[in-house]
Amino acid sequence: MTHDMVLRVIAKLLIPFILLFALYVQFHGDFGPGGGFQAGVILAAAMVFYAVIFGLDSARKVLPDRLVEAMIAAGVLLYVGVGFAGLLAGGNFLDYFVLDPDPVAGQHRGIFWIEAGVAITVSGVMLKIFYLFAGRDAEGE
Amino acid sequence: MEALIVNVLLALMMVSVVVLARTRNLFAVIVLFGLYSFLMATVMVALDAVDVAMTEAAVGAGISTVLLLGALHLCRSEEAKPAHKPWLPLAVTAATGLVLVYGTWDLPAFSDPEAPIHKHVAPRYLEEGPRETGIPNVVTAVLASYRGFDTLGETTVVFTAGAGIIALLRRRRRAHEADREDKP
Repeated sequence: MTHDMVLRVIAKLLIPFILLFALYVQFHGDFGPGGGFQAGVILAAAMVFYAVIFGLDSARKVLPDRLVEAMIAAGVLLYVGVGFAGLLAGGNFLDYFVLDPDPVAGQHRGIFWIEAGVAITVSGVMLKIFYLFAGRDAEGE
Repeated sequence: MEALIVNVLLALMMVSVVVLARTRNLFAVIVLFGLYSFLMATVMVALDAVDVAMTEAAVGAGISTVLLLGALHLCRSEEAKPAHKPWLPLAVTAATGLVLVYGTWDLPAFSDPEAPIHKHVAPRYLEEGPRETGIPNVVTAVLASYRGFDTLGETTVVFTAGAGIIALLRRRRRAHEADREDKP
C-alpha cells in the first residue's frame, strides 16, 4: 500500500487530526467523555494507520521498539508514582487531596498524572502488540 | 425513537453475526467483525456511553481488525471444512443462551432509577463528586479518584497483557535468530 497516492495523501491529512483528537480526549476528559484509556487507544490507532500506509519500518523510525517498551512500563510507574507522592505528602496511597494546599487543585493534579500514566501504558501495549504481529512476516516465520 | 434506533442496530448486529458464522472466506469474516464493532460503537453512542463507543471503535474496529488481517497474512484465507457436525455445540450454546435470558428476568428494568446499583454509593458520587474533586465529568472523577485503586489494577492488567505477549512472541524471534546464526 506504500505506493498508493490517494491513501498516502489522505493518511497525511488525517493523522494530524487523529493525534489532535487523542490529545483532546486526554486533556478534556475532565469535562467531556474520554480519558487516558480512550486517548491511548486513539493514539495507538493513529500510529497503526501510519504503519499500514507507510510501512512498519517508517513507523518504527517514529516510535522505536525500545521507546514503546519503555512506555509500557513508564505509564504504570507514573501511576504508582502518583500513589507514592500521596504517601510522601502525608496522605494515603493514591490520596490526591494532599498533593496541593487546595484539595480540589490536588484532585486535578492527581487525576491529570494518573490519566497520563494510563494513556502511556495503553498506547504502548497496543503498539507493541501491533509491532510484534506485523513484524512476524518480515522475519520470514 | 432512541429505542427504535438501538433495536434496529441490534437487529443488524444479529444479521452480521449470522452471516459471520456462515461465511467461509476469512477476509470477509474480518471485515464483518469490523462492521459488528462499528454497530456496537453506534449502540454505545445511542446509549450515551460515548467513551465506551470511542474505545470500541478504536480497539474493536480499528486495531483488532488490523491484527486479524496480520494474522490472516500468515495463514490461508479460506476456512477449512469443519470435521464434525455442529449439532452438539449448537445445542450447548442455545441452552446457555436460554439460561442467560432466563437470568435477565430477575434484573431490574433498563435505566430503572430504583435499581439497587443506583441506591448505594452512586447518589453520593453524583452529589459530592463535582464539589469534592472539582471535575464536572463524574465518570472521570469516579474512575480516577474514587476508584483510583481499581484503575491502577486495570492499568496493571494492560501492562501484564503487553508483557505476556512480548514474552510469547519475542522468544520465538530470538530462537529464530539463534537458529539463523547456527546455520553458517
